[in-house]
Amino acid sequence: MIHKVVSVRTFAAVFVALLALTFTTVAISKLDLGEYNFICAMTIAVIKGALVVAFFMDVRRSSSLTKLFVGAGFFWMAILLVFILSDYHSRGWLPRPAWW
Amino acid sequence: MGDIDATLHPTSAAHPAGVRQDLKHHFDDAAQQMESSTLGMWVFLVTEIMFFGGMFGGYTVYRNMYPEAFASTSHFMNVTIGAINTGVLICSSFTMVLAVRAAQLGQKKAIIAFLILTLILGCVFLGLKGVEYHEKWVEHHIPGPGFQYADARYFHQAQILFFLYFAMTGMHAMHMIVGAGLLTALIVMAARNRFSEHWYTPVEMIGLYWHFVDIVWIFLFPLLYLIGHTS
Repeated sequence: MIHKVVSVRTFAAVFVALLALTFTTVAISKLDLGEYNFICAMTIAVIKGALVVAFFMDVRRSSSLTKLFVGAGFFWMAILLVFILSDYHSRGWLPRPAWW
Repeated sequence: MGDIDATLHPTSAAHPAGVRQDLKHHFDDAAQQMESSTLGMWVFLVTEIMFFGGMFGGYTVYRNMYPEAFASTSHFMNVTIGAINTGVLICSSFTMVLAVRAAQLGQKKAIIAFLILTLILGCVFLGLKGVEYHEKWVEHHIPGPGFQYADARYFHQAQILFFLYFAMTGMHAMHMIVGAGLLTALIVMAARNRFSEHWYTPVEMIGLYWHFVDIVWIFLFPLLYLIGHTS
């Protein structure tokens, strides 16, 4: 596996993007967008996290095996959160049976 | 500055005999050894994802149960310090990645300089965190017998959020303190000339750890400071 050393310019671009996204997320939090406040904040956080994983942690050039492990980690985390949310959101959707 | 024509994870064939690359006998070559280290480090980081995942899961449950109470606590979070700390951590990740890059190029002085910068930024983060914790102490926002909350309706529910706040930021700060210790060890190793462009695995692995801790904060900041800021 032979890789070139990543240029400072690439890292600087990612760095500036991360700072810009931080400003954006703080600015958006001052606006009242209702439900979209949360959606925007989390979308920006996911983008920032992905940038750090891909560039700073260099996963984009890591071996397939490493990518699989990284993906499995975040996938399991997603299972945890999605199943918790589906449970709490769907409570009370069905009428309580008479024998309860 | 364009890509520099140096190879990463060099194979043993690329080096003349006698060049030190700390190749253990059970690996075929330096590339395989590096690959194993990276994979091993990621396995550890996956356990860390699970570890923090439990706390994020707890936060998800209680935020769904008490959305108004959780939103009301955002007014008592110091967004300015939180945002500055986010910036500080991003800067420290940038200097860390430059330290790894310097290691890959064998620039020994630059490694030390960037690692020291990273360590300083990490300490700035912890210092600001301390200022915030002190604010919480003064405002009686530390959960327990002395807890006070402006909105009596949310007294118990807001306390849950502050429990989560201290558990999550506290565990994150703990990881920062460990990271600072690891950085100090790296600086000592670099000063003793342990690293070269042929072997710099610890710099790269601790870099991964440092970036991971940064990612945790990237998610903590909006969840604890920004949610419900407008309501």
